[in-house]
Amino acid sequence: MTLLRTIFLRLLTTAITLFGVAVIVFVVIRVVPGNPIAMMLPPGATEADIARLQAQYGFDKSIFDQFLIWLSGVLQGDFGTSISLRQPVSKLVLNRLPATLELSIMALLMAVLMGVTLALIGTRFRDGKTEGVVDVTAGMALSIPDFLWGLVLILLFGVFWPVFHISGRISPALNVDFTTNFYLFEAIARLRFDVMADLAAHMFMPALALAIPLAAIVSQLLKQSLKETMHLDYVTLARTKGYGENHVITREALPNAILPTLTLVGVQFTFLIGGTVIIERLFSYEGLGNMAIDAVINRDLPLIQGIVILFAMLFTLVNLAVDMLYVVLNPRLRHA
Amino acid sequence: MKSFLSIRNLSVRLKNGSPILRSVSLDVAAGQVHGLVGESGAGKSMIGKAVLGTLPRALSVSGGEIWLDGTDLMSLPPAERRRRIGATAALIPQDPLTALNPSKRIGPQITRRLVDILGWSKQDAQDRALELLGEVHIPDPARVMRNYPHELSGGMRQRILIASAFAAEPRLIIADEPTTALDVTVQKQILRLIADMQTRHGTALLFVTHDLGVVSKVCDTLSVLYAGKVVEEARMHRFFMRPIHPYSAALLAATPTYTDPTGSLTPVSQEVIDGVEAEVAQHDARRAR
Repeated sequence: MTLLRTIFLRLLTTAITLFGVAVIVFVVIRVVPGNPIAMMLPPGATEADIARLQAQYGFDKSIFDQFLIWLSGVLQGDFGTSISLRQPVSKLVLNRLPATLELSIMALLMAVLMGVTLALIGTRFRDGKTEGVVDVTAGMALSIPDFLWGLVLILLFGVFWPVFHISGRISPALNVDFTTNFYLFEAIARLRFDVMADLAAHMFMPALALAIPLAAIVSQLLKQSLKETMHLDYVTLARTKGYGENHVITREALPNAILPTLTLVGVQFTFLIGGTVIIERLFSYEGLGNMAIDAVINRDLPLIQGIVILFAMLFTLVNLAVDMLYVVLNPRLRHA
Repeated sequence: MKSFLSIRNLSVRLKNGSPILRSVSLDVAAGQVHGLVGESGAGKSMIGKAVLGTLPRALSVSGGEIWLDGTDLMSLPPAERRRRIGATAALIPQDPLTALNPSKRIGPQITRRLVDILGWSKQDAQDRALELLGEVHIPDPARVMRNYPHELSGGMRQRILIASAFAAEPRLIIADEPTTALDVTVQKQILRLIADMQTRHGTALLFVTHDLGVVSKVCDTLSVLYAGKVVEEARMHRFFMRPIHPYSAALLAATPTYTDPTGSLTPVSQEVIDGVEAEVAQHDARRAR
């Protein structure tokens, strides 16, 4: 009951947050210089042409009026029509969302896998050379931003040792009939291993570039937390029962030490989703982020609004999911 | 009398070389209770930790032997030593609030090692845990087995830890100040319980405490420790009648009594401390030569 109440309150605050985001984005992209109409018209268009187009897209009204018109549309599920692509924003955005989600989730999995592995190795061989190597590796991974990792990876796996695809999401030659835009999930569900391999070969580098900095954060925080947990009495007690170091670290310490890391991963995951904008551009990956950059270049106001709102929704949903997961994993919060 | 645990000239040092335990020797006979007393920082707990192989990483055993049931633990490879300790010894920890894993239910915390380390069947382990929880007077053991530690009181948790320590029928239990962290009203019950369990199971018990009053109630023999050195090892009765070492005598005199609660406390005099400090210095000098 209380859980439902919590969820309801969270959804309410989410709605308020989204409204705030909508207001800010709506105003900002209309106040900054750059006119969508100017982008559409050929050189030498007359004043009358401009006025006609402005009226057609409603840009002749005040920002407040424009916002009310847009908001009433949104409440009915209509996010307007893209100026540059001339299609409904909701359709465009929802078509691209699965690509970005797959990339982000893949990157998150890679980050957690690498981060937890590093943390476990660092803890197992703590206070020695190996821990030093782990710390230096994590420090390096963290001090280089994701888009630079992208370039490094392109050089490594695209130029010197070309084993992965450096651009796109899927090889056009593959010619698969997908029913959804979740290509990877669908390939897994349909057990199409050839398609899976092709998608993975495309996704590997952008996902890894996004994952590396997050993996570094996870490894450092989790290792610190593990090392502190290793001093606690229940870990000592487990040792006296005859359990070895590996068991003690993974079974006794890890389930407790992972909790603070989890909260952080949630926050960092939203940064990671934000990072997809540049990474998708870098790897010509057909996702939301890539579309966002095109939309900004074309001053496609309705499309920018749609994408930003969707990103904002993603962020709040991720935070909600993390809070729920935290309650599930921590028995002390379960009955509260 | 044959001793089940025999510590011979055990020395423990900090990584930087400073001594923590100075050639400690003591014996715990099978089925007997041996008290280990001394002030805070005397190294009482370190003896228990050295036996169980759980010394902090900054400390290491620099010499001596630890004979457990006829085998010198120090001569065994680490994995074998750990297995041997797990199978024959157990710990009753000091603080029941931190000694249970907060993310695991009580049941598995008692039964898992029986299955994992000693190769029992799950059903046997389950039955054994229920039986022992009953023995330590836990009401409704089947329900408690499904509880998480935070759902239980400190006294309950210490009972559970006692049950868990006896679960594998160990021949030696090390109790490290098992009542210190508890409420005064609960302390007595827990002490009574440990003594009862020890008698019933015939387990040898190394009882670490700073409380001579507690020692007088449960122990057969005792060692007095000062600055990591055993200053006196004695049978209980003789010790309370006629302590030999001046420090022991002073410690005994410093114990407050219930019969005269208004009487002033007698601190250990500077003279006695100087005397015992001189002995420790002498010991270190002999070592250095």
